[in-house]
Amino acid sequence: MATVITPYLTLGAILFCIGLYGALSKKSAVIVLLSVELMLNAVNLNLIAFSKMGAKPALAGQIFSLFNITIAAAEVAVGIAILIMLYRNKGTADIDQMDSMKR
Amino acid sequence: MEAMVSDYSQYAWLIPLFPLLAFLVLTAWGRQMQELGSYVSIIAVFVSFVLSLLVWLERLGGSIDDYTWADTDWMKMGGFSLHMGFEVNNLNALMLVIVTLVSLLVNIYSRGYMHGDDRITVFFSYVSLFTFSMLGLVISENILMLYIFWELVGVCSFLLVGFWYYKPEARAAAKKAFIVTRVGDVGLFIGILLLFWYMPDHALDFASIHNALAGGKIPGAAITAIAILIFVGAAGKSGQFPLHTWLPDAMEGPTPISALIHAATMVAAGVYLVARTFDIFTASPAAMTVVAVIGGFTAIFAATIGIAQYDIKRVLAYSTVSQLGYMMMALGLGAYTAGIFHLFTHAFFKALLFLGAGSVIHAVDTQDIRQMGGLGRQMKITTWTFAIGALALAGIVPFSGFWSKDAILSAAYHTNQPLFWVGLAAAFFTAFYMARLFFLVFTGRSRTIVQAHESPGTMTFPLIVLAVLAVLTGFVFTPFNPWLGTWLTGQPAEEKASFVVMILSTVAGLAGIGAGWLLYGKTFTGADPLQKKLPAIHQVLNRKYYVDELYEAMIVKPLRGLGNLLHLLDDGVVDGIVRLFAKAGFGVGRLGLGLQNGNIQTYGLVTLLGLVVLAVLFVGGRLIYAG
Repeated sequence: MATVITPYLTLGAILFCIGLYGALSKKSAVIVLLSVELMLNAVNLNLIAFSKMGAKPALAGQIFSLFNITIAAAEVAVGIAILIMLYRNKGTADIDQMDSMKR
Repeated sequence: MEAMVSDYSQYAWLIPLFPLLAFLVLTAWGRQMQELGSYVSIIAVFVSFVLSLLVWLERLGGSIDDYTWADTDWMKMGGFSLHMGFEVNNLNALMLVIVTLVSLLVNIYSRGYMHGDDRITVFFSYVSLFTFSMLGLVISENILMLYIFWELVGVCSFLLVGFWYYKPEARAAAKKAFIVTRVGDVGLFIGILLLFWYMPDHALDFASIHNALAGGKIPGAAITAIAILIFVGAAGKSGQFPLHTWLPDAMEGPTPISALIHAATMVAAGVYLVARTFDIFTASPAAMTVVAVIGGFTAIFAATIGIAQYDIKRVLAYSTVSQLGYMMMALGLGAYTAGIFHLFTHAFFKALLFLGAGSVIHAVDTQDIRQMGGLGRQMKITTWTFAIGALALAGIVPFSGFWSKDAILSAAYHTNQPLFWVGLAAAFFTAFYMARLFFLVFTGRSRTIVQAHESPGTMTFPLIVLAVLAVLTGFVFTPFNPWLGTWLTGQPAEEKASFVVMILSTVAGLAGIGAGWLLYGKTFTGADPLQKKLPAIHQVLNRKYYVDELYEAMIVKPLRGLGNLLHLLDDGVVDGIVRLFAKAGFGVGRLGLGLQNGNIQTYGLVTLLGLVVLAVLFVGGRLIYAG
């Protein structure tokens, strides 16, 4: 069962697509951040699957996914901080209202 | 006597250049020169006149060779090259003298007539340009060069008729003159093209035309077509029916140029063209008939209109149309010398009549003969010279008009009797309207608004010179002394002294004068008796047989409608397509605008789509091959 890599990659792809859909179409900024987290986790899955069952199994994949988790956490912290500042200035967390770069 | 080489003819190319120089000088420095500019023009024409006189006098001996110089290659196309040059023969030499002499007298006259006009140097520059063009036309060596000068005289006529351009009638008349003659010119050009097509070696000079026709190298149908097309051009320029409508309207121009252009020279260019290409016409009896019939018809048509006009210049204009009809009729009947002879005499007495009319207009400030009368008492010189001109035009012996008209009528009598009676009737009407004009203007009770006085010397001197010429020039071609015929055609000419014709034409002339005296002489009360007794006919004649109205309805209105339609098409369709392209570009831009909405999720989506496209481009190829 563990020799075929396809199920893990499929799961990773599905999770990534769900996350992508959420990032591109949700109204609430918090949900968008959530979706970005989901995308990063899908990437982690891919990395670990390749580390164990890829063409050249190595430990590097797992190490890299540890890095990824760390970075995701840091990025979420900064993202929430920016979101809170944005909410304080604009009064809303709706992404569609954040269009001051328009033209 | 052997044919000799001429001494002066080789310098004939200088003759048109002096007026051209005057034109350039007046265009450049005219504004500073003001009234002195008239002297530049007069001196230039005088020099040309002296040269023309030398050329002509030398040829009077009788047997000088024709001189041709055509060495400039103007245009080379393949094996064919077009030459430019000049030719002097007896006909040319005569025309040179006529043109320069009348131009000189008109220049002198204009100094008095146009005195005080602030565009006087512009006027003289145009007159000089016209003189140059006409002289160039006369000595042209080939028919294409003649066409170039033909168009140039048309342009000068346009400029001069519209000289007082602030008058709307003058502008309209100038346009009409140019457009109507242009219609004729198209015919002439097509004729030239046909000639080019059929002539051996595509040569277009008159000597080659003469040789080709003598050798019978051109098919008969082509000759007729070419001749008729050339006649169309001549009809336009010489005001033959139906292209005559521009000439009376051209009277809006200053009177000196009516004398120069529309009496003596430019309108004679049509007759001159037919004479130059006479070989083509003689080779086609059908074309000769057309020329003669249209000439005869025009003669009587215009003469009948002339009896019901009230503008002094318009009477003379219709008279010109009528006399040109006589000339064309003569040429159409084969009477080459008679036609040219009438051109010669007509140039002088018609210019005299116009300049006399100008003198009258200058004195009483109006052109309506109903507001003139009794001027004979105050303007002696004008009256006497006008009388001489009128008698010459009416064809009374021994004035020049009698001999030339007699030549034409006797040619008609011997070859084509119906045209003889047409010519005779036209002669009656000619005498009648001239008598009417003379009696209404110069005799009787004075109906003028201002007090008239004789014109200054610069204006009366040309009148006297022309009056002398109107008397003397008749004697070069009489039945007793056909010198002109022998000199012009190089073949011995005899004119049968037909007393029947002479008596009939004198009777017609005297009858016309008598009728004029009866109706308009002593018993004139102020109301036109012709209008009272025959109001309907008078109306038709006064309105010129409604030909202008016919053209307006048949040609002008449809053309204007077509113009409007095409304008709509241009605006709607062509401009519409351009606007469509603009809108399309705009629309594409609008589309792109939707992407720039400041929304980061849109940008993310666009990035994703771009990534997909790139992936497909890079990887897709391998998938196809692998599959």
